[in-house]
Amino acid sequence: MKRLLQIFFAFFRIGALTFGGGYSMLPMLQKETVDKTGWIRENQLSDYYALAQCEPGLIAVNMAVLICRPLFGVAGAAAAVLGVVMPSLLIILLIAACLGGAAHLVWLEHAFSGIRVAVAALVIQAVVRLLKNGVVDKATAVISGVAFVLLLLDVVNPVLIILAAALAGIGVRRFSQRRRGKRI
Amino acid sequence: MIYALLFYEFFKIGLFAVGGGLAALPFLYDLADRYPWFSDSQLTDMIAIAESTPGPLGINMATFAGYQTSGVLGGIIATFALVLPSFFITLLVCRFLHRFAANPVVEDAFYGLRPAVAGLIGAVAVGLLEISLFRTDHQGLLWGLDYKAAILFAALLPLVLKFKKHPILYIGVAAAIGIIFKF
Repeated sequence: MKRLLQIFFAFFRIGALTFGGGYSMLPMLQKETVDKTGWIRENQLSDYYALAQCEPGLIAVNMAVLICRPLFGVAGAAAAVLGVVMPSLLIILLIAACLGGAAHLVWLEHAFSGIRVAVAALVIQAVVRLLKNGVVDKATAVISGVAFVLLLLDVVNPVLIILAAALAGIGVRRFSQRRRGKRI
Repeated sequence: MIYALLFYEFFKIGLFAVGGGLAALPFLYDLADRYPWFSDSQLTDMIAIAESTPGPLGINMATFAGYQTSGVLGGIIATFALVLPSFFITLLVCRFLHRFAANPVVEDAFYGLRPAVAGLIGAVAVGLLEISLFRTDHQGLLWGLDYKAAILFAALLPLVLKFKKHPILYIGVAAAIGIIFKF
């Protein structure tokens, strides 16, 4: 029970401090599940993130289950999902109940403009950590560069980019293994 | 009856929207067309509120749409209907992942996936910078630069990169600065 509460509150904090969608939860996820508790490794986080993007449904929920199911079972996964959902549910119900008020408070808008700047900096820091982990040779540098440009130009669906990267990874590894095999 | 319909519609969105909260948007516009639950312009307000409040976007949208339709209970039902498909599908994925994690092909796939994820989030970061540092009502990039935000960013980034403090700290400080200096 104590463990479940710990999971719930870790993901409650993640849900409460994610502004604007699944990608901006990465800095919070890194802090709560890699740095603070050591539940998973940095590499696992980015593996799960790739998977979470390809699955249907919400990235936040997919991440919560992917991280917590193997470690803490179905109950742990459920606690994580409840935790990540609860802050939004409460805040939105509160705002909706007194709409016209909170959404147009001037000081609140100023606060959010500031928060968006911090979120941008935090996401850049998350990218730096992911790059250190994922870019291990020339081939992976090319893959990350191509993925970056393709999404920036907004020409290809991110799900397709992820699938192509998986195929590229398999192809590159196979090719280099075969070449090494011939040399020996 | 409205609750069953809400559950059905949001369960469907949770099942078919691949790629996170923004992927749910086309489905929500479709809902606005087919039901008198909320209008297109209410949906736009909803997006603005969901973008500027904490929490995953899709959940915010479901709660808000459900509340608009049938009050607090509607908000709760829509949210859980949206979450359930992800929950069960990912439980399934976990079983397969466990079985295939040691498979060399899966390992090779992740060798390609890790740098791609970094690149994808990098592109997202560029988009975030655009939103947070530039005013949208200007056309020229330099004219639209929000100098206050740019200065805050230039000050924050080295701190964020150097000190591994909890994100809450940076978010709190940025919110305070936003209020004090009227961003």
